[in-house]
Amino acid sequence: MDSPQAAPSGPPAVGPAVPGQRVDDEPYLRVDDLRVRFATADGVVRAVDGVSFTVRRGRTLGIVGESGSGKSVTSLAVLGLHDPRRSTVSGTITLGGRQLVGLPEKQVRRLRGRDVAMIFQDPLSALHPYYTVGRQIAEAYRVHHPRVGRRAARARAVELLDRVGIPQPARRHDQYPHEFSGGMRQRAMIAMALVNDPALVIADEPTTALDVTVQAQILDLLADLQAEFRTAIVLITHDLGVVAQVADDVLVMYAGRVVERGSVAQVLRRPQHPYTWGLLSSVPSLHGDADADLVPIPGNPPSLIHLPSGCAFHPRCRYADRTGDRARTQVPQLGPAGADGHLVACHLPPDARTRLAAGSPSERRMP
Amino acid sequence: MSVVEPLLRVRGLTKHFPVRTGFRSAGLVRAVDGLDFEVRPGETLGLVGESGCGKTTTGRMLVRLLEPTAGTIEFAGRDITHARRRALRPLRQDLQIIFQDPYASLNPRHTVGRIVAMPLQVNGIDPPGGVKQRVRELLELVGLNPEHYNRYPHEFSGGQRQRIGIARALALRPKLIVADEPVSALDVSIQAQVVNLLRDLQRDLGLAFVFIAHDLAVVRHFCQRVAVMYLGRIVEIGDRDDIYRSPRHPYTRALLSAIPDVGTLGPAGRIRLTGEVPTPLDPPSGCRFRTRCPKAREVCAREEPALVVHDGGRQATACHFPETGPLTLSRADAVGPGGAAVVGVADAAPPGDGADRVDGNAGEVAR
Repeated sequence: MDSPQAAPSGPPAVGPAVPGQRVDDEPYLRVDDLRVRFATADGVVRAVDGVSFTVRRGRTLGIVGESGSGKSVTSLAVLGLHDPRRSTVSGTITLGGRQLVGLPEKQVRRLRGRDVAMIFQDPLSALHPYYTVGRQIAEAYRVHHPRVGRRAARARAVELLDRVGIPQPARRHDQYPHEFSGGMRQRAMIAMALVNDPALVIADEPTTALDVTVQAQILDLLADLQAEFRTAIVLITHDLGVVAQVADDVLVMYAGRVVERGSVAQVLRRPQHPYTWGLLSSVPSLHGDADADLVPIPGNPPSLIHLPSGCAFHPRCRYADRTGDRARTQVPQLGPAGADGHLVACHLPPDARTRLAAGSPSERRMP
Repeated sequence: MSVVEPLLRVRGLTKHFPVRTGFRSAGLVRAVDGLDFEVRPGETLGLVGESGCGKTTTGRMLVRLLEPTAGTIEFAGRDITHARRRALRPLRQDLQIIFQDPYASLNPRHTVGRIVAMPLQVNGIDPPGGVKQRVRELLELVGLNPEHYNRYPHEFSGGQRQRIGIARALALRPKLIVADEPVSALDVSIQAQVVNLLRDLQRDLGLAFVFIAHDLAVVRHFCQRVAVMYLGRIVEIGDRDDIYRSPRHPYTRALLSAIPDVGTLGPAGRIRLTGEVPTPLDPPSGCRFRTRCPKAREVCAREEPALVVHDGGRQATACHFPETGPLTLSRADAVGPGGAAVVGVADAAPPGDGADRVDGNAGEVAR
């Protein structure tokens, strides 16, 4: 179960040609200025507020953030899963050249499951308890291949169960979700997501419910499948360790906005945003001094109905006062952070930020 | 240290749950099967393992929320294994529990003041200065605003609720707290706040802890001693540094190396376990880990290994063929194929590319 996947830089070796495949450099998914709002009794929730990113085939984008940061809402928008009666989605989402926002539901359904598929955190609630696992996978296949017969669909389901490492796939095909263990269920859900060879897979906390030894197996499996099918993957997680292991690029979200974006090495090794610094110093590690205190981010994440003025992070930021009034009055825009493609949304003057970024967390902690 | 009488002494602790299908008994779930361990006053013992290993069942037996099937629990020299409710009452003051879910463990209809005062009232304790004064002190102790005395749990965030649960556990000035996954439901930035709070309380009040967790990085930051559980048994127990630097049980090694670390970018060559934890309804003969163990031989199926200190180690390990040597290897080996163990300890981490900062983050912060 090694993961012979390519180094984080550059897409892996070219896999089997997929019909309709676009040029490598062209991002498969392009999200521009995405905004998602929900009207509630307490006010308008700005769950996602001006998020932009791209993902190429064969690459993995990790979206990191805490609960309420808007990472899952972003991914549901890419799948067109927000109920138009309860939410307002604006901006553009381009999937393989087609604009998704505003497309009639009927057409979105033709893309969903075929071009873009989803892996959820909790396989037990995502699988129907009443039908056999194989039948659910076969159904996902036949929806997009109406001329395929039952027998062929079954063969396809068994093939996929086998591919995701489920032993005795023909026997397992006829079992129900409750007869599967947690790790096997997650494999079955990956099989269902991949049954139509989607170009893009969105995985929302795919291993959070799993034990760490099983998580390691599932992450390896995703990497193998990506290398084979050149799938674009959007991986949503709160676990920076998982991001470090599998992502090529990283998006850090806070209160519905992107605060930092770049390659995994840029964001995790040379982080530029105070929130990213805070996240990294909060995580207990297996390395370093075990007796030292962790350095948490003070305070709590804000309410999305009453966002703080200016930079939403400023009430928790140790350096907000270094920006004069700007942190409190102006929303920082995502701009270059030095290295190529590395973006940050922060009011700190570039030289001050660079100095802080290069320093140790203890120095950063000083006001 | 060895002259100090243990506060908690557990011998052969066992919990079997009968499983019935209809009227017939279908066997026993051997959730916990013969545990021996001790906790000294002021000591923190981490109980770690994957789901189903019996760690939560153990915690619940320690505070007598579950009746043990066999074995003994001695607390402060008294056998409390089957103590009745009334006999337990004075002990409850010394022995408290913090639950995992800060949402389910607080009564939504009670104010915070009432929740924290409850243990005092139930035990008929009238602290000097009055109950209200004591509750305010407790709220302040755990970092909450004492003015929030009259608020309800829903007015607090997850991290704040966990602080309320901690204040309640501290109300009777206990000597030992069983903390069952106290931070695993919290976001990372909040998790670090609560871990630091527990550490401060442990130091300042000289509390002993049985800290139940699946996250080995958190346990490393909180516990002096660690017991690793697998399928109802302790497979390895010892001082923190011995367990993390030179684990001798193959399961401990696999568990440690399966944790994705922020400091290691890209896929890591790690020990991979195949399969998942077998059912405790019918655990494997001999060594319970043998079905997933890369080193298993014939004797492992025949004889259950005893938990003993092997040559060259300080910790007790239940394995016929314990590993030797530190679990180190550097990042450079991390990318290579093969099952090399890659859990670096701090002094083995190679410098370069800002890795030091990410790894040593907590270490550089002075208290």
